[in-house]
Amino acid sequence: MLLEIDDVSLLYGRIQALHGISLTVAEGEIVALIGANGAGKSTTMRAISGIRPVASGRVRFDGEDITKLRADLRVRRGLCQAPEGRGIFPGMTVLENLGMGAYTRRDRAGIAQDLDRVLELFPRLAERRKQHGGTLSGGEQQMLAVGRALMSRPKLLLLDEPSMGLAPMLIQQIFSIITEINQQGTTILLVEQNAQQALARAHRAYVLETGRIVKSGTGAELLHDPSVKEAYLGVA
Amino acid sequence: MTTVLERVRSGREAAGERWRGAPRWVRWALLIAVIAFFYALPNREFYQYLGPIPTPGANFTQVMFTVSIYVLLAVGLNIVVGFAGLLDLGYFGFFAVGAYTVAVLTSPSSDLKTLWPWLLAVPVAIALTMVSGVMLGTPTLRLRGDYLALVTLGFAEMIRIGAVSSEFLKGQRGFNQIPHPPGQYADGRPVFGVLDARPYYWLVLTVIILVVIGVRNLTHSRVGRAWISIREDEDAAQLMGVPTFKFKLWAFAAGAAIAGLAGALFAGKQNFVNSQNFELLNSIIILAAVIFGGSGNIVGAIVGGGLVAYMIERFRGIDLFGVQLYEYRFLFFGLVLVVMMIFRPEGLIPNRRRAAEFKDRRKEVTVGE
Repeated sequence: MLLEIDDVSLLYGRIQALHGISLTVAEGEIVALIGANGAGKSTTMRAISGIRPVASGRVRFDGEDITKLRADLRVRRGLCQAPEGRGIFPGMTVLENLGMGAYTRRDRAGIAQDLDRVLELFPRLAERRKQHGGTLSGGEQQMLAVGRALMSRPKLLLLDEPSMGLAPMLIQQIFSIITEINQQGTTILLVEQNAQQALARAHRAYVLETGRIVKSGTGAELLHDPSVKEAYLGVA
Repeated sequence: MTTVLERVRSGREAAGERWRGAPRWVRWALLIAVIAFFYALPNREFYQYLGPIPTPGANFTQVMFTVSIYVLLAVGLNIVVGFAGLLDLGYFGFFAVGAYTVAVLTSPSSDLKTLWPWLLAVPVAIALTMVSGVMLGTPTLRLRGDYLALVTLGFAEMIRIGAVSSEFLKGQRGFNQIPHPPGQYADGRPVFGVLDARPYYWLVLTVIILVVIGVRNLTHSRVGRAWISIREDEDAAQLMGVPTFKFKLWAFAAGAAIAGLAGALFAGKQNFVNSQNFELLNSIIILAAVIFGGSGNIVGAIVGGGLVAYMIERFRGIDLFGVQLYEYRFLFFGLVLVVMMIFRPEGLIPNRRRAAEFKDRRKEVTVGE
């Protein structure tokens, strides 16, 4: 397993946000985490990327226990998160933002290669390479966040709500790109409110409710699960 | 009203474009001319032709020395506030640490009786302020925003009150006969005397130039990119693998070291240091100067620090209908700041990045409404 989370709990002050979550991601997979607002999806992401310390449980990545490892050191191990929403650097240009993604790397040739790849994946970013991040549209910022995370050449890419606030056409586009990134060899764990798309694209998925995992299975299984359909797919 | 403002704004943007588009030699020539102007400034033969610029109510050379110290402090604080985005309300505390270190090590009134020469005490002063920056930063830099501001405010007050009440630091009585920097003219007179402030001003000016070159190089390196990313979005910076705490501590230590150097220079010129030199107001003035000039931009910090310190002194000796304007200097200062923050929150000479961040934030606010 590339990522193993075992019985992880997390507190915000006195409020318990995660109640003993366990999940795994194998190399080469796309795994989706779906659930309603406030179910703890983004919190799970924060626990994995190390932005919030966990109260109990263990996180293992690539055969190493990283439960207590600092977030920036996790990036060096190959675990990179594209933060939700507007988590880009607004005062930096598109190219500078992408450069920040490669902050932990020093292999210039490899960085240049990955930059080409990202600009190929996101032609819109190539067009706007000299523009400040803050002047991009919501969709472009989202693409920038994903592209920037790719620049670290992660073994596991964490995507927090990649479709948030996007027009339906752009949602299609961003999910196609996610599939493509995966086919090029990057393992992906993504958090989504757009359950339909997420389940259609993911190999496996977990359903999160009030800080607990209540269901898991392959994307196709969950897509046809009656309770999931009712709660998250808007079909009775 | 707005059209005039917009025209001014676009005019300034055009000036900025022209500056960036100008050939290298033009920029160098202009830069050298500006530097030469400031080296010539404290000479009476020169400034008597400058009309209203010399201060009527105070020795202009002395004023220029004070201004230069403020500029140096603004350049240092700009690293902390402007680049790393850490709100430090107690920056003057580090200045005090630097000045007191020199005083304690060199003055005959010190209990240590080490009587070091000034030059030997300077590196110790810089090192000690750096250490005090790290000591203050290690527990506090985990805090963000308002909390950090409060803790730094408390630090500066601690230093001041410590100086007032501690027997070792001599309170109001202070330390006298702090030696001047070394150097003699050919005829044996010391370069750094009591009456003429010009050599001190030139010394600080030279230090400013060296410090600015150093800071510029730093900000164009990986360190600078790390600072800017922390300022723009600390979580995102960490998610990109930037060890944020380490770099915040670095910014704090670098800023502190510059303040310590400024304090050492001040002590060497003043000859006398006591607890009245380090009022809280000074911290606020420097912070305001950095924001006024355009935080995040070295040129902005220089202009802000210089203008603010100069304007405060410029009011001295002006009598309007029997009212001493100097008494009301902080009223004007406050008014100017309020107007600035309404019409140009990014400062006189903003950093381009910073301006984009402000635009982005404004956009966010309107979207949120």
